[in-house]
Amino acid sequence: MSNIKAFVIKFKSLIGLIALCVIISIITPRFLNINNILNVLTQVSVNAIIAIGMSFVILTGGIDLSVGSILAISGAVAASIYIKTHSLFLALAVSIIIGALIGLINGALVSRGKIQPFIVTLATMTIFRGVTYVYTNGTPISGLLGKFSFIGNAKIIGIPFPVIITAIVFVITWYLINETRYGRYVYALGGNEDSARLSGINTEKIKTTVYLISGIAAAISGIIVTSRIGSASPNAGSGYELDAIAAVVLGGTSLSGGEGSITGTIIGAMIIGVLNNGLNLMNVSPFYQSIVKGLVILLAVLLDKKNKK
Amino acid sequence: MIKQPILEMINIKKSFPGVKALKGVNLRAYSGEVMALLGENGAGKSTLMKILSGVYKKDEGSIKINGKEVEIQGIKHAEELGVSIIHQELSLLSNLTIYENLFLGHEITSSMFKLNKNEMIKRTEELLKKFDFNISPKTLVKELTVGEMQMIEIIKATSKNSKIIVMDEPTTALTDVETKKLFEIIRQLKEQGVAIIYISHRMEEIYEICDRVTVLRDGEFIGEELLSNVDKEKLISMMVGRKLEEQFPYRKANLGDIALEVNNVCMGKKLKDISFKLRKGEILGIAGLMGSGRTELAKLIFGEYKKTGGEIFVEGKKVEIRSPKDAIESGIAYLSEDRKKEGLVLNLTVLHNMSLANLKRYEGRGFRINKEMELRDCEEYTKKLSIKTSSPYQIIKNLSGGNQQKVILAKWLLNSPNILIIDEPTRGIDVGAKKEIYELLNELKAQGKAIMMISSDMEEILGISDRIIVMHEGKISGELTREEANQETIMKYAVGITN
Repeated sequence: MSNIKAFVIKFKSLIGLIALCVIISIITPRFLNINNILNVLTQVSVNAIIAIGMSFVILTGGIDLSVGSILAISGAVAASIYIKTHSLFLALAVSIIIGALIGLINGALVSRGKIQPFIVTLATMTIFRGVTYVYTNGTPISGLLGKFSFIGNAKIIGIPFPVIITAIVFVITWYLINETRYGRYVYALGGNEDSARLSGINTEKIKTTVYLISGIAAAISGIIVTSRIGSASPNAGSGYELDAIAAVVLGGTSLSGGEGSITGTIIGAMIIGVLNNGLNLMNVSPFYQSIVKGLVILLAVLLDKKNKK
Repeated sequence: MIKQPILEMINIKKSFPGVKALKGVNLRAYSGEVMALLGENGAGKSTLMKILSGVYKKDEGSIKINGKEVEIQGIKHAEELGVSIIHQELSLLSNLTIYENLFLGHEITSSMFKLNKNEMIKRTEELLKKFDFNISPKTLVKELTVGEMQMIEIIKATSKNSKIIVMDEPTTALTDVETKKLFEIIRQLKEQGVAIIYISHRMEEIYEICDRVTVLRDGEFIGEELLSNVDKEKLISMMVGRKLEEQFPYRKANLGDIALEVNNVCMGKKLKDISFKLRKGEILGIAGLMGSGRTELAKLIFGEYKKTGGEIFVEGKKVEIRSPKDAIESGIAYLSEDRKKEGLVLNLTVLHNMSLANLKRYEGRGFRINKEMELRDCEEYTKKLSIKTSSPYQIIKNLSGGNQQKVILAKWLLNSPNILIIDEPTRGIDVGAKKEIYELLNELKAQGKAIMMISSDMEEILGISDRIIVMHEGKISGELTREEANQETIMKYAVGITN
């Protein structure tokens, strides 16, 4: 009995996801169509990648609200460079470097400036949204064709390219968090910063780099979004930080840090994606979808709390 | 006639994962009497009191209040049953006033939920007067001295009409005058028929104010006696269960070269002109009162604090230690006095806590941690230090204090440091585990490690140090050899009396 309970607690997010899939496929048979599944996975990619980056930040007990703005500015920069130079490499490299730099700014302000992560990233969120408007003059950068649209729209052996990127990001970050010293330090820092520092860990460095990772992840998502739509909108990514945080929480990661996993985050992102897709298939109005999503998050957290007692 | 107890706790048992905290303990309290509850750290006193106050639920046993069996459901329920606890760590809200604290949770309101401040202030005045306490009810608690706060706590307890009041080491932070006042209040409470459970380590106090004593040791009930029937020595042997020499196994030092030399080190107003030498194969005890700068000195050497002057040499070489990382690289280890806040990551496993400071050693190709090697080391040290844990993957917060401390010790030994700074090595650890820690320290000493041991436990300092430095207000006020040292001289230096 207690074994079953332990199993349920350990795999609660996965069980939730499977249960959700079963319920939706009973209500609407169109769900279990291979094209639909691939569609869901593609849609999930953007949020999943941001949420993976966010997981690093949240595992240290921080938060990154600026991901949506990073997504927008990196998308816009990638688009404008590609249109001017037609160099895909240059466009992607500069875009990712910009994401990384903004992440570094966040990280430095949190670790060296000792300002609360919420405040720091709230400010950079606002600043870089503004920077994006200035950079784009408030209008979308469109006319992206050729190699650039490959990233968001191509398929390799039937698998959408964004899904492949997500898988690669997942594997790399999973390795980083589970197999390396860096991952241990992230957990230790989130669990108890003083103990971590007194164990000889350079906590400032770890704190800075988690925001760097989150910035890079948001930039990658920005490139995918821009490529899929074929244009870079200055409004892109607004509110994405909340979906990412929701995915992290649904995946069982504690907002106070030190507990959780990247695998959980992927499952959390899938839960949100499947829910969106299911509600669309059932022709539920987007207004109601938002209500349902919020309720699911509350329910998941409540169940989690009960288990912990 | 035999007096009927107002409180009877019989055969109380309580286990936590990996440790039996209480193994069938009895405690009685009588109206109008003070019952001393005596036992070493880890004897189970605080667990028992947490059961009485509804923080923990007992596993077994019965609790009777006024002869009626009760099942304490929680903190609020315990209060309703007339039980109040005055904690060592005070529970007042420092940003509120005295009267706001006294009426917290049961404020007096007039119509429309409006607080009736005048009524509360008036009643607070009456209460304060009753205890001869001359202070305005509108004073902010943070402006009070610790002693005054303690008084407010006690007044708060009596204002709730508590029939049973537990005082957990109430005099630790009090001055002599304040202690006298406290005792007057206790006598008043006795006259009012309140039963008091008094936890303290200070024998003189116990004989002055208490009527009976209950002794616990290692979670077991040793006995209840009328204090008029037992003398101090009997009490100590009941408490410790063995003689002092057995508790502190001392091994003669085999001194080597100087491992650490501190020259004229200063840190603002906290540390002034500290100089000392620490040799290999030596345990140097650092004694002193709270706030004398001992922990600051340790953390400064370890790079957590920055010095404002002076020099530090490790094995004859001058070092500039800017962070704990630098210190570790110079072969220094530091075990904090606060295991939970500064030693452990409570939600991680035994394995991951133990390897935290040494992960670099396990790093293989592709920055991958060699988990087999990590596990092997963990198992080796679990065995070596006889750490009691169900598995290396046990979450460390489920271990007893003694075992947690051993995990931290293992963590640092894995680093093979030459200099160990240990701050309060046995705080909150049960008697058996204490002795094991001392034996470990002795063994490390024999291996030629240099050990600096900070401790507030006088017997511990006297029991296992080879040499003792006493600190007072950020300065070294005295240095004693093992032979010269005794409680009185150390105390004299600690309070700053020098001749």
